[in-house]
Amino acid sequence: MVMTKAESVEVRLPSVLGFEKVAMGTAASAARLMGFSDDRVEDLKTAIAEACINAMEHGNRFNENLRVAVTLTLSDDALEVRVADRGTGMKKPVIAPDIDRKMHGDEPPRGLGLFLIQSLVDEVEWVAAGPDGGSYVRLVIRLKKDT
Amino acid sequence: MQTDTRVAVDQISDAAGGPVTVLRFAGDISSTSRDAVLGTYQSLSKIDHSRILLDFTKVDYLNSSGIALVIQVLLEASRSEQIVRIFGLTPHFQKVFTMVGITKYTTLYADEAMAVQSFE
Repeated sequence: MVMTKAESVEVRLPSVLGFEKVAMGTAASAARLMGFSDDRVEDLKTAIAEACINAMEHGNRFNENLRVAVTLTLSDDALEVRVADRGTGMKKPVIAPDIDRKMHGDEPPRGLGLFLIQSLVDEVEWVAAGPDGGSYVRLVIRLKKDT
Repeated sequence: MQTDTRVAVDQISDAAGGPVTVLRFAGDISSTSRDAVLGTYQSLSKIDHSRILLDFTKVDYLNSSGIALVIQVLLEASRSEQIVRIFGLTPHFQKVFTMVGITKYTTLYADEAMAVQSFE
């Protein structure tokens, strides 16, 4: 698909687990239209699912009245995804899971989502809430990894 | 939104006739799958089910909370000296399991035949 200008698609999700699949499906359709390979589409789906779950749980605290806004921006060489919530944003750096500590019961088995997001896309930016409130994570996945 | 995790427990044998227990998952594996994944595993006698396979062939959706449940099964199994192996993951989730380090504590197989053979 050749685009003369960047095109955007927005999906607004209730903060209810399971609705992240709507964003996954939308992003996968957009990525396939852009010509992403199947394995990159799978990377994108997992990263978006984890970003949406994080926004529902930690940003909106599962308040069903608050929405998670997912904005996809399609350009010729990349797909940018913003996942926004009403929280204050990420406060800790993302660290790789320590499987040995998890397997010895020294840390909880959970806590893999942010690492997966960071590992599966080409660029991640965590943006804290500004004066108007609301934070977001910006993910970028490129058609060619070296561009 | 209701999520749907289905699990069936099968008892099969390897070529030498040794018992192998297979937990066959289907549908979603996420934070709401605790009873289906961990509960089913914990309902099995540790003595009678010493060799266990986790079958992901019919899993449609798996997220980090679901992977955490798999880690919990591996942790409890290792404390009970049970052997747990995994088959049926898509190439994407084979990559993800490797990235988070699960393959340090279990082995992933493409299909059931290869997984069962690994016990021989």
